[in-house]
Amino acid sequence: MRFTLNGREVGTTAHPMTRLLDVVREEFGLTGTKEGCGEGECGACTVLLDGLPVNACLVPVAHASGREVTTIEGLAAHALQRAFASEGGVQCGICTPGFVVAASTIPADATDDEVRERLAGNICRCTGYGGICRAVAAWRAGRPRTAPADAGSSATE
Amino acid sequence: MRAPVTSFELVRPASLQDALALMREGGLVPLAGCTDLYVLLNAGITPGQRFVDLWALDELRGIDVDRGVVRLGALSTYREVMSAPAVVGHLPMLVEASRVVGAEQIHNRGTLGGNIANGSPAGDTLPVLAALDATVVLASVDGERRVPFTSFYTGYRSSVRRGDELIAHIEVPIRAGRQWFRKVGTRAAQAISKVVMAAVRSDPPRIALGSVAPTVVRAWATERALAAGATLAEARHVLSGEIHPIDDIRSTAAYRHQVAGNLLERFWRDTESAR
Repeated sequence: MRFTLNGREVGTTAHPMTRLLDVVREEFGLTGTKEGCGEGECGACTVLLDGLPVNACLVPVAHASGREVTTIEGLAAHALQRAFASEGGVQCGICTPGFVVAASTIPADATDDEVRERLAGNICRCTGYGGICRAVAAWRAGRPRTAPADAGSSATE
Repeated sequence: MRAPVTSFELVRPASLQDALALMREGGLVPLAGCTDLYVLLNAGITPGQRFVDLWALDELRGIDVDRGVVRLGALSTYREVMSAPAVVGHLPMLVEASRVVGAEQIHNRGTLGGNIANGSPAGDTLPVLAALDATVVLASVDGERRVPFTSFYTGYRSSVRRGDELIAHIEVPIRAGRQWFRKVGTRAAQAISKVVMAAVRSDPPRIALGSVAPTVVRAWATERALAAGATLAEARHVLSGEIHPIDDIRSTAAYRHQVAGNLLERFWRDTESAR
């Protein structure tokens, strides 16, 4: 079975029902993706499957066949990582990879409420979310807006 | 401890016809978005040894509207349900139920057919389907049969679906009247319902609730009472007789009775001006 992992084509002989989480961590050594709850509640194992956030603890690797998988290692140069560090969006760090992966798909024109909803599948037990929201806001403020200027909607950033 | 998945067999049919032939052989557990199944496997609960992967069966995908009925493939993900123009335009409470079923990671994988097949009394889309009198289309090698959603479940997590059948489609008739949906959980996101209610302000009104009985409840008597001009206090009393909540890890029976009545009142007041 073959799939694209962080832009590189790879093959695996893992059992098709092995969790995508276990394949990326154990077979490919990409241990940035964490296991938290194993129930799809906490989001620590979030990866992108064809560009969409999914819980890697709930995906059989068979469903990655022929698809594109992006883990936190594939976002190593992403400006969000710097923003999380500089805004205090990281404490113990277990939830951070999942937050960064999920946040990376937020469109530039999302409202603050939409940002919170897009991150609702990720749980942090340290920061109280303030630093995380500041980090995402700082990253968004530094991004070139692709949508037409919407008077007033981002005035609070 | 996690279930030993490498001892399982995963069969991956290329077509619905092949999948149905496999189902006829028996002993196979269907697998699709895995947002319920893998929670069980991760907890060491093994619902079977042989699994059939439906995920690639595009015959079970797609959402369209025809002659007053929205037809949704069983493999429609919550993301697809929420963004389909037919659903947005005609079934706003199905959009809302799909939105609150979980966060984006679940929207991208969980399916409407899976919510029905899993049959949890807390399934968030189930009161919507009950209130709108949806039809479940079951497929087997013998063909299709259609089951009214309100007679689909026979008890806690059990249904009329035979072991050789798959949920193929869900048909939801477009109904007149304002749709209303409310889920009550411990927090706004990522919660399993303590009480969930879907209703339509039509004449008679349509009302269904989840997490208040072993299966989703269609509140027929409450609907009749309201249509006959009962006061809200009387309707609350009727509703309390129609639901059978229990004390469990998420809530208590007493709380659920109270909240179900509160939701009924809220529905009625919120939709008063919109008739």
